[in-house]
Amino acid sequence: MRARAPDVTDKPTVVIVGGGPAGLAAAIEIRRRGVDAVLVLEREPHPGGIPRHAQHHGFGVRDLRRAMSGPRYAERYALAAAEAGAAILTETMVTDWAPGGPLELTGPRGRRTVEPMAVVLATGCRERPRSARLVPGTRPQGVITTGTLQQLVYLQGRRVGERALVVGAEHVSFSAVATLAHGGARTVALVTELPRHQSLALAPAGVRIRYGAKVWTRTRVSAIHGRPWVEAVDLTDLDTGAVRQVDCDTVVFTADWIPDQELAVMARIELDPGTLGPAVDPSLRTSRPSVFAAGNVLHGAEPADVAALGGRHAAAATARFLAGYADWPASRLPIVCHSPLHWISPNALSPGCGPPPRARFALRAGKLLSRPLIEISQGGRTLWSRRLRRLVPGRSAGLPTEWVDRVAPEAGAVEVSVHA
Amino acid sequence: MSDEPFDRDAAIVGGGVVGAAIARELSHFQLRCALLEAGPDVGAGTSKANTALLHTGFDAKPDTLESRLVRRGHELLSEYAPKAGIPLERTGALLVAWNRAEEAELDGIIERSQANGYGAIRQLGLEELRELEPHLGHGASGALEVPDEGIICPFTTTLAYATEAVANGCDLRLETPLVGVNRIAGGGFRLHTGRGELTTRYLVNAAGLRSDEVDRMLGRERFIVTPRRGELIVFDKFARSLVGRIILAVPTKTTKGVLIAPTIYGNVMLGPTAENVNSKQDTGSTAAGLAYLRREGKRVVPELVEHEVTAVYAGLRAATEHADYQLSIDSDGYACVGGIRSTGLSASMAIAEHVRDGLAAAAGLRLESKVDVATTRMPNIGESFSRPYAEAERIARDPEYGRIVCFCERVTSGEIRDALASPIPPADLDGLRRRTRALMGRCQGFFCGARIAAMLDEAGVRPTDTTRTPAP
Repeated sequence: MRARAPDVTDKPTVVIVGGGPAGLAAAIEIRRRGVDAVLVLEREPHPGGIPRHAQHHGFGVRDLRRAMSGPRYAERYALAAAEAGAAILTETMVTDWAPGGPLELTGPRGRRTVEPMAVVLATGCRERPRSARLVPGTRPQGVITTGTLQQLVYLQGRRVGERALVVGAEHVSFSAVATLAHGGARTVALVTELPRHQSLALAPAGVRIRYGAKVWTRTRVSAIHGRPWVEAVDLTDLDTGAVRQVDCDTVVFTADWIPDQELAVMARIELDPGTLGPAVDPSLRTSRPSVFAAGNVLHGAEPADVAALGGRHAAAATARFLAGYADWPASRLPIVCHSPLHWISPNALSPGCGPPPRARFALRAGKLLSRPLIEISQGGRTLWSRRLRRLVPGRSAGLPTEWVDRVAPEAGAVEVSVHA
Repeated sequence: MSDEPFDRDAAIVGGGVVGAAIARELSHFQLRCALLEAGPDVGAGTSKANTALLHTGFDAKPDTLESRLVRRGHELLSEYAPKAGIPLERTGALLVAWNRAEEAELDGIIERSQANGYGAIRQLGLEELRELEPHLGHGASGALEVPDEGIICPFTTTLAYATEAVANGCDLRLETPLVGVNRIAGGGFRLHTGRGELTTRYLVNAAGLRSDEVDRMLGRERFIVTPRRGELIVFDKFARSLVGRIILAVPTKTTKGVLIAPTIYGNVMLGPTAENVNSKQDTGSTAAGLAYLRREGKRVVPELVEHEVTAVYAGLRAATEHADYQLSIDSDGYACVGGIRSTGLSASMAIAEHVRDGLAAAAGLRLESKVDVATTRMPNIGESFSRPYAEAERIARDPEYGRIVCFCERVTSGEIRDALASPIPPADLDGLRRRTRALMGRCQGFFCGARIAAMLDEAGVRPTDTTRTPAP
């Protein structure tokens, strides 16, 4: 840690919780807009967030207009935030935040509280571990998430097992195959309960040719065997019910993201039932005055550059709020998703909230939908409807914003559904 | 040592909560003790995977040894826990009847409780029940309150016993399975272990699931251990506000039923199932077991099952064909402590006392007190007590206590360092988890798994297979 002017860290105007892409992008933008005393809190030893250990290429396309590796991208953001004049406190965790109270910080330099004028929550998300997915069996070592896998292989240069099974078939699952190969493990297969994978069209052929890995669809990991290490998994064919055992010494649970929303819960900030992250309006305002939220704490994982653009968006709203241009809305309307839709973000509307990040609402479905007719309505009145090409779980579709003007402030919740 | 006829005065086989309690008790006297454990750590079998309740024994079968020892054990451990740093919370329990048939059992349970010497049990009105536990499902038809039931850290309990025993000179031998025993002519025992021979004047069999096998090594065939598996689900800490007390079911002839309880770490636990299994290693959870638990949970506290699951585990109770503990002391100095089913944690200190006095009375064990008995104080890992990350002065003295490594459970590098340097250091990640709570939280290592594995590696904790990924 570089020495900082004490006033910034003791009396920050804005505190950004989380030093990943969303938080750092927010810090840079808030500073650019002339706000002094911007403090970023990062609980890890280094800023940068998950890209620090995501070695693959393609970071930065949407926000920086050039492609680079994850570690390079993380480094660039950390440098840019420092250069912009934001103070970054690493190894500092917010350990308490009562509703209406100050943030309590804990780190090797001690414990103290800060009471900023505004807070941006940018705490990101994580993958659900095996236990949260209720996969039965023994509890051997060698069962990990992609997050752990990447850190083991890329941050610590370790080897993993020799035969791996990847649970999930989203983008991150395919990248796990490459990470496993880097760590010395051959991936036997990627398994998904869905009828097809959820990544790019050529991804399965890519991992087959390059790594010899197969993709098994409509397949569930129904048990894990072995002690003290994984020895095998049971795979159930969801169409026939047939169970077969596959030998492996590593199981990687990928995707199935959940916002890391502990702070929001602690501060009694309203959560959206679909995303499980803080419910926000298009200005990324939460239910708690002066608290904004951006990036993947809002919903399951979007790419880092999308998270960074969200951080930038929240920064603009924060700067407007600090300048006194925007009052906190007294009430807001929820946007409710109906099954098989999973979530929409932003998921609340309030008067004068402006456009959402990237001028679109992100929509996710819980299952594969081909040519779904999406309808946005309020009190039975259709505000907007259109047929999308398809919806793929784990990937967002962007909805336009033109219907927002047609929302009546007194007509109740806005609903998003799929029409047959 | 060389003129002593035996290597040890007393050897205890089994480093679970019961064996460790006995080792601690005997270590307070002028005795050369050894505690033999087959695995790489103490408290790593049945003692780590249970409901972690400190029972009053209110519902035990009256006039059994179990009833007496659970009651006495509750008293002893309640007194010992705060001194030794064992997290213990007297939450109280509510035993809830959900239909007429169950309601009809309540009077009998009160009578049994009184017969067991526990009079604080009382009937609760339904309104009072709802006031105490507003998140309970609908349809309760009656309830009892048992104010002295509590939740306790089973990991710290075993570790405290073993650490205190070691501090008082007990020789802890890990990875030392017993493979055979011979009686020595004229008294004493020759133990054949995976790590050589050991002679001892007195022998205590506290081998838990394998206590029947050890008994047979001594030529006795008094009981057969049939492992009874209990699966449990641990819910996210966000669910903690749903229950204030332990919610018990009305017991049937075969099982105490599924309970919901706060955990000492701030989560909520649901379980256990009760299923006889063939293998003493069958600690896997099952789809059927988990589905059953979720159904029961949904009925008792409907909101509970909407929460995320943090952990799933299964443990094996050392059940026998007998209803009571299989505890006997032979005049030749062999004490058999078998069939300690699900109440071993609660009764542990009383079992130790019983074995001590039994060996003295029946087999002439000489109990001469040590002048200085070392005490121990374990680091707190309970949620309701102060932990290092929250202690400003401690962090000022040693910044490592402010360096949080496991974010979900707020475990600091200072605590991990201390655990690695403790008298009984962890043998693997799971051992570290039991000592510090690291990796026990909702992310199960997503954020910190790799870093903590590296800390263990640096400390040289993983002696075997270092090329492999230690993962939570």
